[in-house]
Amino acid sequence: MSSINYTDKIPNNVDLSQDKALQRALEHWQPNYLQWWHDLGPEGSQSFDVYLRTAVSVDPQGWAQFGYVKMPEYRWGIFLNPREEGREVNFGEHKGEAAWQEVPGEHRANLRRIIVTQGDTEPASVEQQRHLGLTAPSQYDLRNLFQVNVEEGRHLWAMVYLLHKYFGRDGREEADAMLQRHSGDADHPRILGAFNEKTPDWLSFYMFTYFTDRDGKFQLCALAESGFDPLARTTKFMLTEEAHHMFVGESGISRVIARTCEVMNQLKTDDPAKVRAAGVIDLATIQRYLNFHFSVTIDLFGADESSNAAIFYNSGLKGRFEETKRDDDHRLQGRTYKVLAVQNGQLVEREVPMLNALNEVLRDDYIKDSIAGVNRWNKVIEKAGLPFRLVAPHKAFNRKIGALSGVRVSPDGRVVSEAEWAAHEREWLPSAEDRAFVASLMGRVVEPGKFANWIAPPVMGINRQPVDFEYVRFN
Amino acid sequence: MNAPDTGLLKQHLIDPEICIRCNTCEATCPVGAITHNDDNYVVDAEKCNFCMDCISPCPTGSIDNWRTVPRAKAYTVDEQFGWEALPAELTPDQLAEAGVAAEGEADAAAEGPGGALGASASSSAFGGAEAAAAPGEAAFNSAAFNASLPPWSAAHAYTNLYGPKNPTTATVVGNVKVNEAGTENETHHIVLDFGRMPFPVLEGQSIGIVPPGADASGRPHHARQYSIASPRNGERPGYNNLSLTVKRVTADHQGRPVRGVCSNYLCDLKPGDTVQVIGPFGTSFLMPNHPRSNIVMICTGTGSAPMRAMTEWRRRLRKSGKFEGGRLMLFFGARTREELPYFGPLMSLPKDFIDINFAFSRTPGAPKRYVQDLMRERSADLAGLLKDEDTYVYVCGLKSMEEGVVLALRDIAQQAGLSWDTLGAALKREGRLHLETY
Ligand SMILES: Cc1cc2nc3c(=O)[nH]c(=O)nc-3n(C[C@H](O)[C@H](O)[C@H](O)COP(=O)(O)OP(=O)(O)OC[C@H]3O[C@@H](n4cnc5c(N)ncnc54)[C@H](O)[C@@H]3O)c2cc1C
Ligand code: SF4
Ligand code: SF4
Repeated sequence: MSSINYTDKIPNNVDLSQDKALQRALEHWQPNYLQWWHDLGPEGSQSFDVYLRTAVSVDPQGWAQFGYVKMPEYRWGIFLNPREEGREVNFGEHKGEAAWQEVPGEHRANLRRIIVTQGDTEPASVEQQRHLGLTAPSQYDLRNLFQVNVEEGRHLWAMVYLLHKYFGRDGREEADAMLQRHSGDADHPRILGAFNEKTPDWLSFYMFTYFTDRDGKFQLCALAESGFDPLARTTKFMLTEEAHHMFVGESGISRVIARTCEVMNQLKTDDPAKVRAAGVIDLATIQRYLNFHFSVTIDLFGADESSNAAIFYNSGLKGRFEETKRDDDHRLQGRTYKVLAVQNGQLVEREVPMLNALNEVLRDDYIKDSIAGVNRWNKVIEKAGLPFRLVAPHKAFNRKIGALSGVRVSPDGRVVSEAEWAAHEREWLPSAEDRAFVASLMGRVVEPGKFANWIAPPVMGINRQPVDFEYVRFN
Repeated sequence: MNAPDTGLLKQHLIDPEICIRCNTCEATCPVGAITHNDDNYVVDAEKCNFCMDCISPCPTGSIDNWRTVPRAKAYTVDEQFGWEALPAELTPDQLAEAGVAAEGEADAAAEGPGGALGASASSSAFGGAEAAAAPGEAAFNSAAFNASLPPWSAAHAYTNLYGPKNPTTATVVGNVKVNEAGTENETHHIVLDFGRMPFPVLEGQSIGIVPPGADASGRPHHARQYSIASPRNGERPGYNNLSLTVKRVTADHQGRPVRGVCSNYLCDLKPGDTVQVIGPFGTSFLMPNHPRSNIVMICTGTGSAPMRAMTEWRRRLRKSGKFEGGRLMLFFGARTREELPYFGPLMSLPKDFIDINFAFSRTPGAPKRYVQDLMRERSADLAGLLKDEDTYVYVCGLKSMEEGVVLALRDIAQQAGLSWDTLGAALKREGRLHLETY
């Protein structure tokens, strides 16, 4: 049953109408959701026709259908990948048991916590990005922003469905709470720190979709391995959507770099001041943004040693990235893993039980994946014949969580004094002036086929449409 | 599938410069043809069966890349892992060096998506049904609606049993003219028998003929493609033979006099002569087999070959009492009545079996009429058929007709209150609109 019922109030492929109580509960939640979207969704987007991708089924032919939709009318719904016959719990102490179709009583609290934490990030991104529509560098980018936005909204739905269906009254309350917390709100902030940071400009947005949505990919991949089958199936489908978000980030930065290099070559200069004067973002500033978003995002993986992670894994709730492709015992008892610590003012590696280091395992997988993309950006600079190279900062740089949170570490991985940190902070992290400069470039460009001066056009349009396609209709 | 060596392969590749390594394609591919290392995502040529499932879910479009290569020299997975950019297409000389046919249209014989359909129907059409979701916004791209999948009830097609390196031999057992002698578009009906050699075909497929001799630069001629004009159980039922509809090419597409290499050779064959054959080709231009499925056929000239095949199969089924119904509607264009192949036999088909509409563009004294004009005249009936999910549409003939025909379909649908965005995408997705023009 892969096709999606669009005649119901809440589109779904889970036979919602067969479960009247659940249907009523979700229909009760929906108006609050729409109100939240109205108040905190993208600013000024309510009446445009946007060329959006919507799923009509979860199979390859149906899930990427394009057409014009007004954003508030987007059919957010509940889509699960088809059930895999005979699927098992693939790791932890329940390895080999049939995957659970219901929540195992003893794991209920942990599972709820995992789902709430994941769910909370989804509306957060929407809130963080709500002002960006006013400064989009092109119609193409505006559409991409909106696509990211509606899908974050849909991912919220995915988690809310699980809460409502499997966690009874607590679940309903948790679902309500997700609409009450707001990103950056002093009293009710979002659960994870990075989701309370502003996304003030488009460079930040691309960095966010590159780095932070990639965190989403790794978390979703780990959850897609879950022994709780409905969670695995929902997150599998979310992953296909998440890919577009990372694409927006990776290609966005790539285009910013391409434009900067073009101007540097035209002016024959690598002087950041001259580059800025020409209205494009100098590579050093891009590096500082990179440092910031990379370090803030790797904090999202949590503390380096975590007994929760061990419990989640042991009890089959959250696996590793590509769990089933790894050839070890999938129980990890008695195995160790290296984590960083500071000893005598130096970074050292310590062996700790692997089960407790699973956050670090996921973080390292993430880092590898992120750095590969940074190298692809470097190819753009290389192609332009410029000697500059972007580098991902050291894993210990600018950390706020875990064993490394108390120390100052330079981007190249030296433990430094507070004084040295203060002296270099402006070289390493974006300063208020950097942010002000980037903000000064942000102006709305909406004529089809036109792009802001600081960014190059994309290599090809969305869904192979021409780059100057009318991605958004404003009337 | 155990693909035989067919010489050429249209290899499916991922552009490493655009791919963001999101893993969507690997998660989607039903046969595990996609794999990755730390650097690249790549398609294993041994495993990919061109199902196209990975094309539309890819967020970047990087997965929709194709290169014609000698099959024996397909880029390996390891080679692709090392790439920073896609390699350039091989030049005809490089292909020739590798010992395979290397003409511009060498694709005609390449195994791969639409490879059997020649370059015209191949990569440009893939992943693009939705590309035209907003008609009138972008230039209309009729090829974007071409289905890459066969109807769900189609029989399984064999393809590429014989390649350029191992063609099979067929014997000519018949060669007759099927339009009036002396017309400019002299067309022959040619029957080939395969003796004891297996050559299973379905209506809508085509075969390649390798003309004898060599071209001006001394290379063996490349194969030309011809649609099969007979049904699956043979031109003569129960015999291992098939028929072709071949137009004698005496002028090129611009009207300059030129002697077509293969077509003249075929038209001049005598019973008893033998020809070198490769194929069969084609996995999507196939007819539905379920009862009550309707077939709308739109063709010009030799584009009638697959239509003849499908019509004849339905006629045989009906005669044997095995088919319960389903409408056949044919739009057939030619310059004049005299030039139209199979005019006589077509006229003798019962009206309650097939609804035939002829369009002649050069009848003296009469206004020019093209197939799309006729379609518009019959829009009421066509709209009814388009509303029926059991309707399958086939277009075959000259390249120049394709856009007009698909535009006519779009207009008819829209006038009937159907959304072309939805219908066009559904026709493509469900294997219900097939374009084969050359
Ligand atoms: C999938 C497919 C199915 C086909 N089915 C048929 C079929 O059923 N019957 C059939 O006769 N042909 C069919 N063709 C076309 C066929 O493959 C040849 O292109 C055509 O017969 C000419 O080959 P030739 O060797 O005689 O001419 P060539 O020597 O290859 O070409 C001579 C000149 O004529 C031009 N030319 C090529 N084809 C045509 C044409 N059809 N009309 C006018 N000028 C042309 C060429 O551009 C060239 O300038 C099909 C093609 C494809 C791709
Ligand atoms: S075309 Fe089909 S078989 Fe080939 S890589 Fe894509 S999904 Fe896999
Ligand atoms: S889906 Fe596309 S972008 Fe993603 S890994 Fe595959 S080819 Fe690359």
